[in-house]
Formats: sequence, C-alpha cells, structure tokens
Amino acid sequence: MKPTLPLEELMSPGHLACQGCGAGIAMRVSLKALGRDTMFTFPACCWTVIDGPFPYSCLEVPLLHMAFEATAATAAGIKAAMDALGKDKTTICGWAGDGGTFDIGLQALSGAAERNDDIFYFCYDNEAYMNTGIQRSGATPYGAWTTTTPVKHFKKEAKKSIDDIVAAHKVPYQATASVAYPEDLYKKLVKAKDIRGFKFIHIISPCPPGWKARPEDTVKLARLAVQTGIFPVYEVDGGKYVQTMKTPTRKPVLEYLKLQGRFKHLKESDVADIQRMVDTRYAELEKRFQGC
Amino acid sequence: MKKVMMGNHAISHGATLARVQVIAAYPITPQTQVVELLSEIVADQRLKAEFIKVESEHSAMAACIGASSAGARAFTATSAQGLALMHELLHWAAGARLPIVMADINRAMAPPWTIWTDQNDSLSQRDTGWMQFYCQSNQEVLDSVIMAYKVAEKVLMPVMIVLDAFSLSHTYEIVDLPDQAVVDKYLPPFDYKYKLNVSDPHTYGGLTTPDWYMEFRVKMQEAMDQALVEIKKEAVEFEKAFGRRYDPVEPYMVDDADIVLVTSGTAASTARFAVDQMRKKGKKVGNLRMRLLRPFPFADVREHLKNAKKVIIVDRNISYGYHGIWAQEVKSALYGHSKVPVFNFIAGLGGRDIFPETFVEIVNKVKKLKKPDQELYWVEVKK
Amino acid sequence: MAKDRKKIEFQKLDELPPMVQSQRSMAANPTGSWRNLKPVIDLASCIHCTICWKFCPDAAIDWVDDNPVINLDFCKGCGICAEECPKKCIEMVKEGK
Ligand SMILES: Cc1ncc(C[n+]2csc(CCOP(=O)(O)OP(=O)(O)O)c2C)c(N)n1
Ligand code: SF4
Ligand code: SF4
Ligand code: SF4
Ligand SMILES: [Mg+2]
Repeated sequence: MKPTLPLEELMSPGHLACQGCGAGIAMRVSLKALGRDTMFTFPACCWTVIDGPFPYSCLEVPLLHMAFEATAATAAGIKAAMDALGKDKTTICGWAGDGGTFDIGLQALSGAAERNDDIFYFCYDNEAYMNTGIQRSGATPYGAWTTTTPVKHFKKEAKKSIDDIVAAHKVPYQATASVAYPEDLYKKLVKAKDIRGFKFIHIISPCPPGWKARPEDTVKLARLAVQTGIFPVYEVDGGKYVQTMKTPTRKPVLEYLKLQGRFKHLKESDVADIQRMVDTRYAELEKRFQGC
Repeated sequence: MKKVMMGNHAISHGATLARVQVIAAYPITPQTQVVELLSEIVADQRLKAEFIKVESEHSAMAACIGASSAGARAFTATSAQGLALMHELLHWAAGARLPIVMADINRAMAPPWTIWTDQNDSLSQRDTGWMQFYCQSNQEVLDSVIMAYKVAEKVLMPVMIVLDAFSLSHTYEIVDLPDQAVVDKYLPPFDYKYKLNVSDPHTYGGLTTPDWYMEFRVKMQEAMDQALVEIKKEAVEFEKAFGRRYDPVEPYMVDDADIVLVTSGTAASTARFAVDQMRKKGKKVGNLRMRLLRPFPFADVREHLKNAKKVIIVDRNISYGYHGIWAQEVKSALYGHSKVPVFNFIAGLGGRDIFPETFVEIVNKVKKLKKPDQELYWVEVKK
Repeated sequence: MAKDRKKIEFQKLDELPPMVQSQRSMAANPTGSWRNLKPVIDLASCIHCTICWKFCPDAAIDWVDDNPVINLDFCKGCGICAEECPKKCIEMVKEGK
C-alpha cells in the first residue's frame, strides 16, 4: 500500500456532515497538507454544524467560530496576534462557504487580499447557502434550482467569477481545486504554505442534498466539473496561470448536469446555452494558461 | 510627565502605555486622531504592536476578536456609525469572553448627518455584554484605558471607554502621562488561559444546544457581577499606583441635597459648576456623575440618592417612545428602594451645548413641581 | 484535545469553561447508525491502491496490516468508496442483511 497522502488524520470521524459531503473531503485533505501548526476560523456555514456541537469538535487544530461575514478579517487578526506573540510560523486559515465568500464576506475578503495579509483563505464551494436550506448565492450557476430560484424561475444569472475578483487584487498565490483531485489540492497547499502573503484556495465541493445528487456521485461530479470545463482547476502563482488538471478534450456539460436534480428542469436549449457559456468562459481562461 | 493633549490623544497614549499588541481600526470623525497618533507610534516602534488598517469598523472588531482569541491585547476606537456597524460583533466579543478594550467617541447617530456629540451610539449597545465607562476628563480617558485592561482581563469581558465628541475628544487639557514602569507594574502582560493554541487545540464558539446555552449566559452575568467588585478594588489599587481615583459613581454634595442632578460625560462637570453656583444662593443641590453603565452600580446609586427629595436625570440621549436611557436605568435601580420622584430631562442632543444655566433652569422648573407631570421634558428646544 | 471517545457530561456550572470551548473529539459520536447501505470489501480483488481511503468524507477507512478496513462505527454508507474503487471490489449491501 502506497498512500498518495499522509495517513495522519487531523479531522476525526463522527462529524455531522451529510453522507457523501464534498466539504468533508475538502477539509480532510487540506488538513493533511497544513499539518498541526495551523489555526482556523469558520464563519456561519455548513462547517459550523459539521464540526459538532459543544463540548465536541472534529478538528485537532485550534478553531474559532465567527460571524458569517467576518472570516478574512478574523484570520487577519489571529495572524497579527501570532506575529505580535512571536509565533509567526503558524499557518492561519479562514475557511468559508461560497455564501460567506462570494457574497456577505466579500468586503472583508477584499480588504485582507488588498492588504496582502499572510493568511490562507479557503472557500469550499457548494454553490448555494446550504446551511440555511439551499438558497441561491452568487456562486450558484446559471440554470440551477434552489429554494429561492424555483424551477419556473431557475437562476438566470451566471456564477460570479470570484477567482477573477481575487486575481484583480494581485495576490501572491491563488488556486482552484476539486475534491476529485486530492493530490493536486495537497500539492498546492504544501507549496502555498511557504508563500508569504494572501493565499486564496477555491475548492469545488459537491453537496448531495443541495445538488439533488446521489451521495456516491460526489467525487464523480467534482471530476466532471473539471472535465467539462465548468470548473477549471489551475493556480495563479505570482501572476502566472498554470492549469494543473489538463482537459484537452472537454466532456459535454450534459454529462455533469444530468446527474443532478437541481438541473432536471432544463430544456435542451437551456443546456445548449450553458454549453456556450462554459465554452466562452473556458476559452477566455485558456488564453491565460502558460507553459505545461 | 504632564502634557497638554486632546482627549483623542489621551486614548492613544493610554493604549500605548497599556502595551496593546494588536490594533485594528478604521477612521471616523471625531475619532481619527486616535488612530493617526497610534499609527505613528507603531511606525516609530515606540510601541511593539501590529496595526491592521482594516477596510471597515466591522472588520476592525473582527480582527480584534481574532487577535484577542489568539492571546494578544487588542484595541480599537470608533464612533457612532462605526460602532453601530460593529453591533453583531460586539455581542460576539462579549459572548466569546474576550477582554478587548475599545474607545467610543460619543457622536449622535444619523440621519441627518451629524458629527457632534450625544450618547445614543454607545447606549444603543447597552445589552451587548460590554462594560461601559463614561469619562469626563482627558486624564480619566487615559487612565481608564489602562484600568480597563486590568478589569477586562480579570473577568474576561470587553470594555468600552466612552467620551464626548469634541468637548473631550478635541479639547486640550493637562494630562499626567504616567511612567511606563509604573503602568507595567500595575498592568501585567496579558496571559490568556483560553487562547488558540496548537499545542492544546480547542474549538471556540461552536454550536451550542439549549442544554448548555443558558449556563454560559449565567457565567457572563456572574462575570459582570465580579467586574463591579474588581472595579471597586481597582479604584483603590489605581489610586495607590497613580494617585487618582475612579469610582463607579462620583457624588458631589449629595448628602444634604434636596435635589440631585444625575449626569454623565462632560455634562457632569458643567452640572457641578452649576451646583456650586446654586449652593452659593443657598439652594441644596447636588450632582451624581454616572461613570459606569455596565456593570450597573445599583448599590452606589441607591446609597447616594437615598437622602434626595427629588432626583433629576439629564439625558444626552433618548429611547424614542420611552425615556432617556440613564433615566430608565436609575429609576429601575431605585424601584422598591425609594419613593423619590424622578424627573427626566433630555438635553444636548446632536452636540447642542449644555450650559450651567441649563441646569439652573432645570432645577428651577423641578422646584415648582411635586412630582413629574410629564414622562420627560425637552430642554431648550424651539417651540 | 482529548481523543477520548467517551461522551462528556458536566455536573456543575463550575466545571464549564467560561466560554464555549470544546473538550472532546467528535469521535465520541458514532455515526454508523446513519447508514442504510454498508460497504463490504472483497480483499481478494483489492490492489491496495488507497483510493477508497483518500475519498472517504468521514475518515472511516483505516489501514490494518496493509488492508483497507471500514470503520463501521462511523461509516455513513455514502458509497463513494465503492463508486471510486478501480477494481469495483467494494459492494454496498443493505444493512441488516
Ligand atoms: C449575518 C448573517 N446573516 C445570515 C445568517 C444565516 N446563515 C447562516 S449560514 C448561511 C449560509 C451559508 O452559506 P455558505 O457560505 O455557502 O455555506 P454553506 O452553508 O453552503 O456551507 C446563512 C445565510 C447568519 N448566520 N449571519
Ligand atoms: S448540506 Fe451539503 S455541504 Fe452541507 S453538510 Fe450536507 S452535504 Fe455537506
Ligand atoms: S461508504 Fe462512504 S462513509 Fe462509508 S467508508 Fe465508504 S466512503 Fe466512507
Ligand atoms: S479502492 Fe478498491 S482496490 Fe483500492 S484499496 Fe480500496 S478496496 Fe482496494
Ligand atoms: Mg454554500
């Protein structure tokens, strides 16, 4: 047996994520890369619940639960304290959902990115407000059903391009990742740990109940999101774009959409619209990718 | 060392002497000089601290919460709109039991836009779990920052130092800057037992069911009770170290007074001046200055108002549809302990000056009344 | 934090920390009862690739003597391991069968 990731677990079993939760994989893998000398702050999100109720927790690193919109500023505060106390080696991480990142926490995120605070900002993206019952967020893709975008009025706006927003801050390191490629995520984090300054990690994390998908399809969906070009996986290291999971031939988006109840209502023409949007977006991004 | 300085700089010097380790702040009139001087002091390395120039007051408080949780002495300052923007996180800081100290320069709330003083901003945060110390001089402001950390770190509750916009924040007074060595002796470094610690990892503030939530609220209330004990103890300790004393309330000629004016902030000094004038004319008037809003000094208030035949509370704030806020507080403390009639006057909102004559007129009006014939009286408003 | 699997009960107010501070790992909370389907590994066909292990959202697969072993105290039965096994040697069987 030759594991591709360290065996040590810093996330205990017994947590409260639903069956097949992508966010669970995201955390488990990230902790393997970050190690014990790490601290987290969470805003309100699914992970508030997953972590477990008082007096329990499933993390083996310090964690500060915080208000919904405050992740980046809170992490910046922890980091400043650790610097002031001479413990500047510890890795400080904000860990937020898409709502806490794309929407309500965007101001604090932008502030910390602009100041280039020496922290990790993770967004595990399940593309809606899942904690409160699957309401639309700025990360919900075009065409999706949520409880606030009912099938008759499915979401008509495209997913907000948070990676481009962060990139506009010219942060030292940012990356997208998928829970289908844990080694890629692991490698990125190990590399980024040694980079000083703001690091943004955006992880697509399928959510079976929120996406109306089968729990066993979580990894498959996270893989198809990449293979269809819906969620390209790349890093921007010092301004240099590198696609880390290559997709020379992209699969049709339908393969991804048809496994999810949240897209069931879409007509053929809607799917064609989505394919066009994905193609355009992908082509745009492809121009930025360098090297191999 | 004696120096002439504005109230805002007294705050900055207080924070510097307290050796704060993380400052996170956002500018707002009339607070700006606090952060300007502090950023200079930090840049010059006269204070070893991290200064996070955040993008909002909300993030200022979030950063203080993060910093304090990690075991650093954290400080911020704000005013009015900025304080209101922090509201959710004020609850968070107190609920998380973090000994953060913040200065709030009392400025009236908009709309309409205003930058002048009244107390509605800080008093609106009454129920967040922050201690609130209302100051009347620049010396008291500086001293209070130092004392606040001592008390806060003992009981693990945050403190808000409150001072009037302009009439303190921008007014120059002589202030005695204590020696750093004396301050260091009085205020030991912050050693936080519950800090985020990779060698002893815990999770803080997680989901808490009805089985436990209430017990943590009991603990907050107990901490506030303990805070009152500590504040009284520190009044003595601080006096020993620095020669100045700050009690929860400050009585002035109340013992034989028929009428006691209850005030807070700089209006208290004006009231005392008016008391002197009225005493000269043989009127038995006194003044009780409220320094503490939370924890509320019930026993002191009852004690100092026990001989009064009439109590007048002059509020530089209002709870619309009710009374002034200090009036509510003082009245509820007296209920069941005293039958003294309580008169509530609202004065000086949005920075309108309160003069000694204002108090004389208020007293003259009350003299004619046996008991209040209105819930509250507006002072010097256009008819 | 204590890795103790025991549930924790406070008897008195004094035993509680001043703020909400975790005292135990969620490993004190077995989630095996959430399961409808149970993964069963056919070790004869297993190639020890660790793929099942790395994708488990519940950290419920252990390695014992170089073999993957499902920790049934915690496995929620999501089926990711079975779906992702390259050898298709994990079968999801109905609980109680
Ligand atoms: C200020 C504030 N507004 C609203 C909420 C309610 N709320 C809690 S979690 C949440 C949604 C979180 O969505 P996301 O960030 O995507 O995380 P997820 O739950 O999907 O993991 C909302 C709306 C809150 N806690 N605080
Ligand atoms: S709702 Fe989705 S993201 Fe939240 S715990 Fe369940 S599976 Fe995970
Ligand atoms: S079924 Fe799901 S929870 Fe159980 S071992 Fe497999 S991946 Fe883990
Ligand atoms: S994925 Fe399949 S083959 Fe690989 S270790 Fe697990 S059971 Fe064995
Ligand atoms: Mg979400």
